Amino acid sequence: MSIGDSGKETSVRFRGGGFAPRPKRWASWLAFAVIISAWQIASMSGALPALFLPSPYEIALALQAIAADGTLARHLGASLGRIAWGWSLGTLAGLAVGISMGIWSLARSVGIPIVSALFPIPKIALLPLLILWFGIGEPSKVATILLGVFFPTVISAYSAVDNVPRNLIRMGQSFDMPYAQIVRKIVLPGAMPGILAGFRISSSIALILLVAAEMIGAEFGIGAFILSAGNLMQTDQLLAGVVLLSMLGLLISALLARLERRVLKWR
Amino acid sequence: MDLIVEGVSHRYGEVQALDDINLRVADGETLALIGPSGCGKSTLLSIMGGILAPSEGRVAAEGAAPDGCLNPFTYIFQDFALLPWRTVAGNVGLPLEHHRFDGDGRARRIAEALSLTGLGEFADAYPKQLSGGMRQRVGIARAIAVRPALLLLDEPLSALDAQTRELLMEDLIRIWARERTTSVYVTHNLNEAVRLADRVAVLSRRPGRIKEIVSVPVPLDERTERRHADLIETIREQLWRLIVDEAKDADRELESVA
Ligand SMILES: Nc1ncnc2c1ncn2[C@@H]1O[C@H](COP(=O)(O)OP(=O)(O)O)[C@@H](O)[C@H]1O
Ligand SMILES: [Mg+2]
Repeated sequence: MSIGDSGKETSVRFRGGGFAPRPKRWASWLAFAVIISAWQIASMSGALPALFLPSPYEIALALQAIAADGTLARHLGASLGRIAWGWSLGTLAGLAVGISMGIWSLARSVGIPIVSALFPIPKIALLPLLILWFGIGEPSKVATILLGVFFPTVISAYSAVDNVPRNLIRMGQSFDMPYAQIVRKIVLPGAMPGILAGFRISSSIALILLVAAEMIGAEFGIGAFILSAGNLMQTDQLLAGVVLLSMLGLLISALLARLERRVLKWR
Repeated sequence: MDLIVEGVSHRYGEVQALDDINLRVADGETLALIGPSGCGKSTLLSIMGGILAPSEGRVAAEGAAPDGCLNPFTYIFQDFALLPWRTVAGNVGLPLEHHRFDGDGRARRIAEALSLTGLGEFADAYPKQLSGGMRQRVGIARAIAVRPALLLLDEPLSALDAQTRELLMEDLIRIWARERTTSVYVTHNLNEAVRLADRVAVLSRRPGRIKEIVSVPVPLDERTERRHADLIETIREQLWRLIVDEAKDADRELESVA
């Protein structure tokens, strides 16, 4: 190709490429290592006051100590129990209501105004009421998480059912498939991607509500542990609790990723 | 089995889609429905198969369905309508699952339909792994697995590229020659109509009325022979003259914004 000077040949300048980010594993780990080391160095040099921000090493020591004396197991066990019950019950109820709203006009007409009215309430505001109803024990905390998980699950389930292509449902009807089979073999699998995406949202809400509820009134649990460490100015233990929460969040999202890979392997 | 359409009209709210359609599709016959887009071809097909209730008129079947027929009125869809989470065999088996079979009857039917459509080696593939032509073959296999009395095809080849369309059309003809299933074939492609149909019903613009029914008096397997070329071309031109003005008008029409 020649432009301008006739007869003079120039190669075409390449203008494509880029805008295709690909994760590089070593870069992730390196960044992590750099930040932690910088923090450790700053602490050791005295630039960071140990009382307000202990060094990573001290946090690790605190973690080891609470793991060794059984404190960790007690608090973590309490938290895991609450989040497991609250999330599972809220998800089951939310799926039942949300899928019904996706399928039946009546359930939808009744459900949408109620859900829209109750969804925006920060559910932690209901904890005092739930404590009055159920007492200070486990049920009030589980109920807070349950309510927090229920509403987003309803919304994601019924919009997932809405998004199942109608032509697939018409196809099932055109083969005279019974109603229950259309729901089981077409509607539910078709709604799966949306429902699983909703799990990510509801699980992070569950984690937030867990910590909040434990800080308001609980003897055991990671939230209670963090709060009491703060009251005693034990910042190394406090941050050890925060690290535990981060690991708990990572664990949950890894489990969900695995579930997605299994259930949605056709994608 | 014959299909009889009597005085069928249909309105979508204010829109009159079909007006007084009368038709008879004879046993073993393939009827093509052509007409400008929006003239009500899909509507008529939905009414014929009982997935849309007409505003007026009725559709009736006369005569017995074939042996082992599980779903007398069976559709093949333009967009294939395959379940992406099921394999090819799973999709073909779907409409068989709510019927009882003796022994391995169900598996045999699936295998038979797959081999008839050339899908034998793709039984375990997922739809997204297949080309468009292969996906529609799955749609065809699913339809013939239930041994329909009437096949209803709504522009089954429109989503495919030209070469694939030719190949699949020949396959359809081969299957038809074997099964002799009564069929109604909606298309806007005149070549498909004169290649596949025994008769071609031309619908007028909205509201759809039957403008004319043209026979193609050449056996299916001789349509590509040179000695019939002139006749086929004459019929094609006759059909084109019947729809050209309407197609122009339909093209320039504004859809009312609902
Ligand atoms: N569900 C519907 N609601 C309202 N109008 C519709 C609906 N389906 C089709 N129509 C209208 O009816 C007319 C015929 O539609 P259709 O049968 O799809 O035509 P074709 O298949 O020949 O293109 C069109 O004008 C279309 O806009
Ligand atoms: Mg159409």
